[in-house]
Amino acid sequence: MSPGDTPADEQGTTVDQDTTRTEAAPAPARPDAQSTRAPQRDLRDQPIDREVVDPVFELRGVSVYYGDFLAVRDVELAIPRNEITALIGPSGCGKSTLLRTLNRMHDLTPGARVEGAIEYHGHNVYAPDVDPVEVRRRIGMVFQKPNPFPKSIFENVMFGARINGFKGDADALVEKSLRRAALWDEVKDKLHESGLSLSGGQQQRLCIARAIAVEPDVILMDEPCSALDPIATLKIEDLMRDLRDEYSIVIVTHNMQQAARVSDRTAFLSLDVKEDGVRTGVVVEYDTTDHIFTQASDERTEGYITGRFG
Amino acid sequence: MAAPTQTPPDLQQRSFEEPRRRALREAAIRYALLAATSTGIVVLGILLYRVFSDGLTYLDFGFLVSLPSRIDPDSAGVSPGLTGTLSLMLIVALGSFPIGIGAALYLEEFAPKNRVTALIETNISNLAGVPSVVYGLLGAGLFVGILDIGRSLLAGGVTLILLILPVIIVTSREAIKAVPNELREGGLGLGATRWQTTQKLVLPQALPGMITGAILGLSRAIGEAAPILVVGATSARFRNNSPLDLFDQFSALPINIYNYTFDPDPVFTQLAASAIIVLLGALLLMNGIAIYFRNRASRGNA
Repeated sequence: MSPGDTPADEQGTTVDQDTTRTEAAPAPARPDAQSTRAPQRDLRDQPIDREVVDPVFELRGVSVYYGDFLAVRDVELAIPRNEITALIGPSGCGKSTLLRTLNRMHDLTPGARVEGAIEYHGHNVYAPDVDPVEVRRRIGMVFQKPNPFPKSIFENVMFGARINGFKGDADALVEKSLRRAALWDEVKDKLHESGLSLSGGQQQRLCIARAIAVEPDVILMDEPCSALDPIATLKIEDLMRDLRDEYSIVIVTHNMQQAARVSDRTAFLSLDVKEDGVRTGVVVEYDTTDHIFTQASDERTEGYITGRFG
Repeated sequence: MAAPTQTPPDLQQRSFEEPRRRALREAAIRYALLAATSTGIVVLGILLYRVFSDGLTYLDFGFLVSLPSRIDPDSAGVSPGLTGTLSLMLIVALGSFPIGIGAALYLEEFAPKNRVTALIETNISNLAGVPSVVYGLLGAGLFVGILDIGRSLLAGGVTLILLILPVIIVTSREAIKAVPNELREGGLGLGATRWQTTQKLVLPQALPGMITGAILGLSRAIGEAAPILVVGATSARFRNNSPLDLFDQFSALPINIYNYTFDPDPVFTQLAASAIIVLLGALLLMNGIAIYFRNRASRGNA
């Protein structure tokens, strides 16, 4: 994002809070960026159950390969509906790889292979009769680097709908999706300008609007804020908390504070290094974010969270 | 490249190269690169000067519409070659773009990456380097001989299509490779199929580069004399005077140029220069059209 865009973004922040926050209680103070204390929630007033009762994904014995290379081993994970689940861990531990198996984006990498079962509402997405195209329509994805198409804002939002044979009112769909992504007020007067003319943070919200427009039920986010400045990051985090009521969200993040701020549950992945130097990603610990950040049961988790490594 | 002024004393003490020497080497490289660029420009300038100083004498409208002659330079012309070249351009463009771009899209977007495709890719690159006369022999043997379509416009056109297909495939693949992968992921992540992603996202981005490849290929094709000579182009008149009769005899400007160049009468070598100007004009016209389409395609990618 160029420096010139920042004022518009700041204006957008206030608009955002006026129009999209519907909860009565004022937003609590944001945790200090350096702090690692328990996350503060502004939408959930009740503490969540440590057991996942209503999973949207259930991963059973999932191992992910690139050719012969075992990238992630033996993952057991139940990802709850209408919550934000964060995957954190050091670089190269396979958190993005794991995320990309959930909507079969991993298939696109040559030599990619998955063992075990990834059950989405009880159906294994890797079953032989499953069409990955249909999986990806229902499980949307937002990428690390904002990647709007070189088309107008309007056409960016409509892209997914059009390729899926949308017959309804395009204007209404575009407005609804952009409002939902907290971008409408900033772009409503320039819908036919290029999506690439927006600032980085706006581009990322455009990508979220684009994903929402095909009515998925899960949104996967692969380090969605790593290319954004703090103000834009804050807006995306606000948006994520806002979207949680309608969508299940899985986010990969390098930023532990981000996981603490936005997520309900956190899975900590780490690298298991064998004697011969082979490194494999494993899920070390998976619990509510409160537990992970305040009373991690594994010392590797605690070491990572308190900054002793990673 | 400011002249080095004063070197801080602590820098001089260390074992770094003296700044003045670095600046000299920098300048030397710059002039060497400039000289390399100038070589091409100077040669082109000499070529154009010679062609135009020889060729303008006999170049008029009559030259474009008259038949070749070995008797009277004033009434001689290149009409069979000009119409033949224009027909060949049309055939080659219509034949080579869809096949070349289709093959490139398949190899880049659809084909599995394995040994078979690696072998195919290597072979296509090698085919781009095969001498054109070999394609002429292939055309003569396959189309004129086995398929028996005669020493015809169609045989010449298809031979030229084969000649430039590797060039078009290779340049189109480069254009497709240059499309950022994030774009594909964005499309596929929304539930687009491969073809939807290719058609709506990859192709619009790659098209300007593909058209550049097509320009290069076509320019090569219409300048070639060897392959169409082998297939059987003549400088003679069309049998029924219809330049688009696919099964008629055909001619092309390189054939006219070739014949005029080797005429013993020096006046006729001037006609060769005139024919070269006509060929350059045809090339410019074709490239102009292609560049127009390329710019239109680029503008589409807002």
